[in-house]
Amino acid sequence: MALASVLQSESVDFSNYGRQRRGFASGLTETELGLESVGGDSLSFALRTSCSNGDGPDRKIEFLHGTTTLAFKFQHGVIVAVDSRATAGSYIASQTVKKVIEINPYLLGTMAGGAADCSFWERLLARQCRVYELRNKERISVAAASKLLANMVYQYKGMGLSMGTMVCGWDKTGPGLYYVDSEGNRVCGDLFAVGSGSMYAYGIVDSGLKQKDLTVEEACDLGRRAIYQATYRDAYSGGQVNLYHVHSEGWTRVSQSDVLMLHQQYQAEKA
Amino acid sequence: MAMSYDRAITVFSPDGHLFQVEYAQEAVKKGSTAVGVRGKNVVVLGVEKKTVAKLQDDRTVRKICALDDNVFMAFAGLTADARIVVNRARVECQSHRLTVEDPVTVEYITRFISSIKQRYTQSNGRRPFGISSLIVGFDFDGTPHLYQTDPSGTYHAWKANAIGRSAKTVREFLEKNYKEEHMESDTDTIKLAIRALLEVVQSGGKNIELAIMKRDESMKILVQEEIEEYVTAIVKEKEEAEKQKKKT
Repeated sequence: MALASVLQSESVDFSNYGRQRRGFASGLTETELGLESVGGDSLSFALRTSCSNGDGPDRKIEFLHGTTTLAFKFQHGVIVAVDSRATAGSYIASQTVKKVIEINPYLLGTMAGGAADCSFWERLLARQCRVYELRNKERISVAAASKLLANMVYQYKGMGLSMGTMVCGWDKTGPGLYYVDSEGNRVCGDLFAVGSGSMYAYGIVDSGLKQKDLTVEEACDLGRRAIYQATYRDAYSGGQVNLYHVHSEGWTRVSQSDVLMLHQQYQAEKA
Repeated sequence: MAMSYDRAITVFSPDGHLFQVEYAQEAVKKGSTAVGVRGKNVVVLGVEKKTVAKLQDDRTVRKICALDDNVFMAFAGLTADARIVVNRARVECQSHRLTVEDPVTVEYITRFISSIKQRYTQSNGRRPFGISSLIVGFDFDGTPHLYQTDPSGTYHAWKANAIGRSAKTVREFLEKNYKEEHMESDTDTIKLAIRALLEVVQSGGKNIELAIMKRDESMKILVQEEIEEYVTAIVKEKEEAEKQKKKT
């Protein structure tokens, strides 16, 4: 919501900040401002960067809301799977974006929203985590790391940050998975999918997670398939599927698979 | 020579002393004794209770303070200074729970208290805190700890220690009588603390305030009767030991 105010005003004008927020309460709907909440779920969102006024191209901020990122906990840790496409409107800016940020050898962060915001704040988080580790002689817990990130961005709430990230790791209480965004949400959970393709990914993971004990192989395959399915149906997701597995020793980069290859593979399996 | 270097505490003396800090340590030596013992499953803090005036309400003179469910502390020195430190520590324990979603470790809160004390030895117009403190408790993973801080802002871990008046005597007693095997038993740990205090406290159990914490339990301040029980047992043991000595 604050994002829209950044796009529409000449400059980020903090003196109008109070007025614009009240404007929301008095009935400006989200669609009028070019924002749509996909599936009515406030946790995943897609921003159409087509502004109504003419100076769209001048203000082309590259966003990664057109994305699919996914993470889920299972018996042997956490699987993190992301796509790698960046779009600006209908233009595919890149097919090889790294949407998983390696905070430290046992913590991962995913990227959805503004690329700069995500990578900047997560690198800052990495610095905080390292200082914590040195001061307290033990690794920081996933709960604490996600809390630090949430507190950092909360101070900028309403100023136009756009970040929807999942902090995934393994600490002394086992696997940890938190969703943190620039609105100030911080939620612990077993499964999250963020981005324009999240609904399609949820469909695959929800049905695949029915059976309780997945092996590492099965879980990786599930994550890969979920992202593939999202790239198949969502125009704003594509490129490659980057897959990570977080376990007690830290994280491992499992695979990087081009979705076109996956498509051929799955088609062959069907036949 | 010493006189001209102790007005502003931020100034070193030519031979490297921070006189205000050393004077603060003198103030601590005038405070009532406090003893701490770290057992295997229980941690004990005992303080010498100064004789209370007839009209004074006994309960308001508490020298042992809980900082959180798993940590508590006793101090020796200026009570008013201690109040400030305890307050800040209590707030920090909760802030830690809020940011990190875990209770503090004993080492963390000791480090925090020591940092406050050190800050006051390095700023203008402020004097150091005139207290030493004994901080005890259990960490999240169940390990017991006992730390001592002093006005300079340093802290050390101890198995058993004493601060305040006659601290040296009590510490020597502890060094002589601390036995690793005895620390397995809760009663023996408590008895060691009481025996150490009895060395310097006048007139026995009436002037002792004792608090214990067992793993996964909250701090418990012993009532007078319980302390009397321990004291009677200790006196009996002493008498029997002396009888044994006389026989041989």
